[in-house]
Amino acid sequence: MIKEYKTIKEIASPLMVVEHVEGVTYDELGEIELPSGEVRRCKVLEVEGDRAVVQLFESAQGINLAQSKARFLGHPQQLAVSEDMLGRVFNGMGQPIDGGPDILAEAHMDINGLPMNPAARAYPAEFIQTGVSTIDGLNTLVRGQKLPIFSGSGLPHAALAAQIARQARVLGDNETFAVVFAAIGITFEESEYFINDFRRTGAIDRTVVFSNLANDPAVERIATPRVALTAAEYLAFEKDMQVLVILTDITNYAEALREVSAAKKEVPGRRGYPGYLYTDLATLYERAGRRQGKKGSITMIPILTMPEDDKTHPIPDLTGYITEGQIILSRELHRKGIVPPVDVLPSLSRLKDKGIGEGKTREDHAGTMNQLFAGYSRGKDAKELMTILGEAALSEDDKLFAKFADEFEKRYVSQGNTTNRSIQETLDLGWELLSILPRRELKRVKPEMIEKYMPKK
Amino acid sequence: MSGTITKVSGPLVVAEGLADANVSDVVRVGSQRLIGEILNMTGDQASIQVYEETSGLGPGAQVVTTGMPMSVELGPGMLDNIYDGIQRPLPEMRAQSGDCIARGIDVPALNREKKWDFVPVAKPGDKVGPGDVLGTVQETSAILHKIMVPNGITGEVVSVESGEHVVEDVVAVVRDTKGVEHKLTMIQRWPVRIARPYQKKYVPRRPMNSGQRIIDTMFPIAKGGTAAVPGPFGSGKTVVQHQLAKWSDVDIVIYIGCGERGNEMTDVLMEFPELKDPRNGEPLMKRTVLIANTSDMPVAAREASIYTGITIAEYFRDMGYDVAVLADSTSRWAEALREMSGRLEEMPGEEGYPAYLASRLAQFYERAGVVECMGSDERQGSVTAIGAVSPPGGDISEPVAQATMRIVKVFWALDSSLAYARHFPAINWLTSYSLYLDSLESWYTQQFGEAYMANRSKAMHILQEESELQEIVRLVGQDALSASDRLTMETAKMIREDFLQQNAFVDEDAYSSYAKQFRLLDIILRYDVLCREALDKGADMNGLFAIDAREKIGRAKMADAETFAADYDAIEAQMKDEIAKVIAGGEEA
Repeated sequence: MIKEYKTIKEIASPLMVVEHVEGVTYDELGEIELPSGEVRRCKVLEVEGDRAVVQLFESAQGINLAQSKARFLGHPQQLAVSEDMLGRVFNGMGQPIDGGPDILAEAHMDINGLPMNPAARAYPAEFIQTGVSTIDGLNTLVRGQKLPIFSGSGLPHAALAAQIARQARVLGDNETFAVVFAAIGITFEESEYFINDFRRTGAIDRTVVFSNLANDPAVERIATPRVALTAAEYLAFEKDMQVLVILTDITNYAEALREVSAAKKEVPGRRGYPGYLYTDLATLYERAGRRQGKKGSITMIPILTMPEDDKTHPIPDLTGYITEGQIILSRELHRKGIVPPVDVLPSLSRLKDKGIGEGKTREDHAGTMNQLFAGYSRGKDAKELMTILGEAALSEDDKLFAKFADEFEKRYVSQGNTTNRSIQETLDLGWELLSILPRRELKRVKPEMIEKYMPKK
Repeated sequence: MSGTITKVSGPLVVAEGLADANVSDVVRVGSQRLIGEILNMTGDQASIQVYEETSGLGPGAQVVTTGMPMSVELGPGMLDNIYDGIQRPLPEMRAQSGDCIARGIDVPALNREKKWDFVPVAKPGDKVGPGDVLGTVQETSAILHKIMVPNGITGEVVSVESGEHVVEDVVAVVRDTKGVEHKLTMIQRWPVRIARPYQKKYVPRRPMNSGQRIIDTMFPIAKGGTAAVPGPFGSGKTVVQHQLAKWSDVDIVIYIGCGERGNEMTDVLMEFPELKDPRNGEPLMKRTVLIANTSDMPVAAREASIYTGITIAEYFRDMGYDVAVLADSTSRWAEALREMSGRLEEMPGEEGYPAYLASRLAQFYERAGVVECMGSDERQGSVTAIGAVSPPGGDISEPVAQATMRIVKVFWALDSSLAYARHFPAINWLTSYSLYLDSLESWYTQQFGEAYMANRSKAMHILQEESELQEIVRLVGQDALSASDRLTMETAKMIREDFLQQNAFVDEDAYSSYAKQFRLLDIILRYDVLCREALDKGADMNGLFAIDAREKIGRAKMADAETFAADYDAIEAQMKDEIAKVIAGGEEA
């Protein structure tokens, strides 16, 4: 029997205090029934004696202290999961909003998940071809990786993420593929952009959408990525699917977290975000991965907009410390009309080394990658010098490097949102660009490779 | 002794009715018997930090104290193993609860069924004290595990058993001075927050060879020393830590993954058994203990993990081994400390960190050192502590980095601009330092002659000069420099690219012996000397810079570890030859 309490003592949205409770436990899911019969959800943040502090997922509007009833359900928030979720649209709490029937649950799973045992993980090492040169060639994505896109307001991150979702495939492999898309506090238009793209390519039948839009309750956003990842874990590890999870936008998630933390009067960390932001984000991001003996995998692409394009802001900063690299979009390149405007120098994929090379991509991959990075970096320095001192101040070598940097941006980076390059095309293009540079400067590629792959003039 | 929960707030639980419990006792919380530790006591109320997720815990649940402080089990079976932050073996946990870590799992740290071949060293009638070796066990092919008399027991050996035993079997009986007989097994327990005793501490005077050129030649660390590796994300902290774990010439490596990525631990787990120790050819895993408390695992256990790690390190040190502790990352440990402090409603210090942050960090690093171990055979052991620091935004003015810098003697500052240019290891040669240079200099001189350290100072000087010259170039362009300054810049570039850069993922380059390091730097500096002479003789500068030997020097670091000397001789000869030709060409023209 579930007890009902009419002892709500205090509401300071999004928190509520219920007194004289019995048997309530930490993190338990609760419901509030309004006099009108409307039911809203909440969860327990703290219990002390017979007093429970709970967090409302929706607005507190209309809750009447005297007549509203609170009840506690005896378990943390759960998600009803089934393979039928594919092709459906849910709200941020995991309830269907597409007019279809409820999900006939094959299981109910705790949305918080459990930490994965590091001894049970399988190391991500399978190359995913995204068809985007700056990713495949320089910041290679592998199955089971978490690789965020660091963007800024007004930058085309949605186009890049949709392109990846559309083009990503593992070479020579016919496994079932699924996309879990979580809209976290983004606008209707942005969300529709993704959904339309999935629809256009037919991917929608393999996609589960969780949608918490900008006008949905902010606190619900704390649950949305967890709900989405629970669905992803089910599809990946129970149903053997290769799942790509897109979470957008993590900045909105962190702000919701800050809102609850401020309401709880916790000691704030940097920029008012709670001190546990790192741990909290880690419990989301670390749910990506592969497990030994399981076919499925979760590859995660979280998107976040950096406030003021500042990479040291707590949200991108802490994300970068948890995820296995980052793809950074640059406003400068965007202004130059480079599509996608990926800033390759600060971008990074930490797992690339195990996913490339002979048998995975091609033997020359690692060498050319390092050489392109080094060449582009030196070319950019040379160009900077040129703007100050004029072209005459550059040495002959530096002039070549400057030319290389320009060509690299124009041809390698700027491939457009519809070009799908195979890894061979990407690598060959890399060699073509390297042929601009003097041969003695190509220290990072083995001489045999130069002989074999460098286009003969 | 049991109490009742009155409050649950995340990992913090308050329970009453625990008047007889001690501060720092380990307690079991709720029906799932979650593991926790008492932090504070007020009357009969105890504040408890729980090392597991507390979801589903509420007032009224029972708390039982074990009456023991947070301890680790020390004995054979730790090497080649992977533990969580409170020393539970992860493979056994996986066998019990599947791919994810369920709660309330109780697994002994040391395997109770595995038999070890115990070879006695002590004989009945021997007088023994704490630290004296009773016998040995070949724990892995690489390491001989010494079973020592635990602390606090002095007396006469009554009996010793030899042969196959499990860790809980009695292997020796010692009668102390009061006539009490102690039955000793292969297990010792030690509270993690207390440093293990030793006889005497020494100033570190031997370097730890890491095979990394920028470390061994430029900023060396001593065995028994302390170092910090700070850097923003993506600058390669973890790769530096992995390189040290792989190639350091220590006997034992304790690698603590503290609040970091799960896949990185998996990487170590998969790679280390494959890699061979360059000194004895044994798989590296045979000398390694991994402690993995990844960022998604409970935060309180993260706080405990570095103590668990250093206590295990001290235990191996007590056997007379050189041990390296690598903690990645101490910033995550500090954040765990901050989180618990916030829940305890303590008055925050800087940036919300508790006021005792600096003293806790200092206590940790102070457990490193070269010591004369307990026991009568005057053996020496060392613990070297190397901690990664992950400052927010890469800004080292924050409290954790600052508190760390006040303690450690070596500072390898990682730099994101170097990382962007793919200069790895991205250790900045201008901002890093090593305070061991003076105490290690005599060792280097003894081993390799005075030239080693002289070359180092010269190279550092050239790099310094380069940074000053770069300022000028930025203002007025390269043409304004004299030929001699141009040469300095050219040599500095060679030192940076051909010496300091080292690729951890290429087998030939990942490890560089002292001899190879010395020769490589020597060739570059020789080039500088010869060119300077040539310039004085009026040789063409651009001709000197374009000699073919330059490309060979650029690839010299890839030379084979066995035969590099001959290759280097050839390069040097070619270089001399070509420079002489440039001089001759200049004279003709």
